[in-house]
Amino acid sequence: MLAKQLSIFLENKKGRFTEVAKILGEAGINMTAFTVSENSDFGILRLIVSDTEKAIAVLREQLYGVSVTDVVCLRCPNQPGSLGKAMDILTKNGIFVEYMYAFSQGDTANVIIRPDNLEKCVTVLTENKLELLAASDLYKL
Amino acid sequence: MMWNEMIESMSREEMRKLQSARLKHIVEHAYHNTPFYRKKMQEMDVTPADIQSIDDIVKLPFTVKQDLRDNYPFGLMATPMSEIVRLHASSGTTGKPIVVGYTRKDLSMWSEVVARCLTAYGASKNDIVQISYGYGLFTGGLGAHAGVEAIGGTVIPISSGNTEKQIQLMHDFGANILCCTPSYALYLAETIHASDIPLEEFKLRIGVFGAEPWTDNMRKELEEKLNIKAYDIYGLTEICGPGVGGECACQNGTHLWEDHFFPEIVDPATLQPVAPGEPGELVFTTLTKEGMPMLRYRTRDLTSLNYEKCACGRTAVRMNRILGRSDDMLIIRGVNVFPSQVESVLLEMPEFEPHYFIVVDRVNNTDTFQVQVELRPAYYSDEMNKVLALKKKIAARMQSVIGLQPDIKIVEPRSIERSMGKAKHVQDNRKLV
Repeated sequence: MLAKQLSIFLENKKGRFTEVAKILGEAGINMTAFTVSENSDFGILRLIVSDTEKAIAVLREQLYGVSVTDVVCLRCPNQPGSLGKAMDILTKNGIFVEYMYAFSQGDTANVIIRPDNLEKCVTVLTENKLELLAASDLYKL
Repeated sequence: MMWNEMIESMSREEMRKLQSARLKHIVEHAYHNTPFYRKKMQEMDVTPADIQSIDDIVKLPFTVKQDLRDNYPFGLMATPMSEIVRLHASSGTTGKPIVVGYTRKDLSMWSEVVARCLTAYGASKNDIVQISYGYGLFTGGLGAHAGVEAIGGTVIPISSGNTEKQIQLMHDFGANILCCTPSYALYLAETIHASDIPLEEFKLRIGVFGAEPWTDNMRKELEEKLNIKAYDIYGLTEICGPGVGGECACQNGTHLWEDHFFPEIVDPATLQPVAPGEPGELVFTTLTKEGMPMLRYRTRDLTSLNYEKCACGRTAVRMNRILGRSDDMLIIRGVNVFPSQVESVLLEMPEFEPHYFIVVDRVNNTDTFQVQVELRPAYYSDEMNKVLALKKKIAARMQSVIGLQPDIKIVEPRSIERSMGKAKHVQDNRKLV
């Protein structure tokens, strides 16, 4: 139920993200989702890709600082109130979300969650009959 | 083991007698053969007759790097050019290079002092020595080379650069000893660890590192990463090149070969000798060099001297670690900052690579002090807060060591230049009128 997310350290310089996108593109790796967290001198690009191992290899070869983190992917209906319901469950069970990001496709929405307690997050969401996307399915999107 | 036990373990009293006799001789030689020294001494109303013992050295004028530039190329030679058998030069970052000339006797003295250093590190004729200092005008390569030949070791004269080949030959030839700058040694170590050759297949046991100041933390890192004992070799082109001094197995100070190079420590501001053991600027007088004698040459290296007999049996004076240079010392917002302090903080923090780059500027009449550093691979994170916490941690540590908090900039892996020779660590953009 857990998916691998890449985090890439990028200096705030022109063209850094372009370069990452090119490197992945040339290696035939597709990006499923990404988000950037930034401050005045650097950013952290968080990415879900079609081939995690290969992406790590090509990025490290180009000397990028890359780390890998397990995340949870929640799938819910793309309609008002559905995310609120899921978040409410997490909060009531004492799960803290470090960060999250989402993308929608027609009727469904996919939410990538990095909780402080992965195992508990998965258990709680499953017990409450919420749908979690398998890593293999996520990578194909 | 000592190469020249009689000299290296001579009593202090005997050493002073030898130094006194040699000083008298070299001052006469310089006075009569180099117009530059004669003029300077005459201006101070000093003649060779005023120099009767080593204590009289304080009567002599100082010499500085600019004097070598002003007398470019051969103005400071004290013998006819027909007696000079070798020239070396150091690339000045500004203006003309400085040039030094050696007679045949000077070269044999030079190989003798390097042989003393090598023997003190535990090297012998059984060793295979890879010399990765640059060969050519730079004194490092040929200086170390002659010393290894003097003790009968096997020289691999590979010179600097071409890191892959360095590692291949070090491995295939079974080099026991590596001579290079400490920053290049770190780079070699990193490259070896990144290669697919296991460290156990190398036979290195001793590192001979010099040509730039380094710290005990750096020693520790080099010893661990290369599985060697790492020793300092000290020298400067103006005095003769590497071999002015070297450490012994005790690793507790660099023995200076003071029968050839007489050291003094002076206050860089007043030029007066400091109290024994106190830090200040190191000044050398060459006591035997014929080709280009140096009288009271100001090295700009800041250090202190220890005259106690060493546990190794040597009586030769020991120089403590170089604290910095009196001329690359940065004064930032009134605080004296030595790049070596920045380095020492990096070396004690496993989260950061040992490489750094300092940028100093002046914005709205206030100095800015930026230190660029790289995280080690294991410390990259998906969480902004973790990276920011590391930034805060190192800034606080630097504040406590330097007395000034730098603006830490974490840069991408390998974006700080790894040098082949002397690392360039500072960029000062201030325009101070």
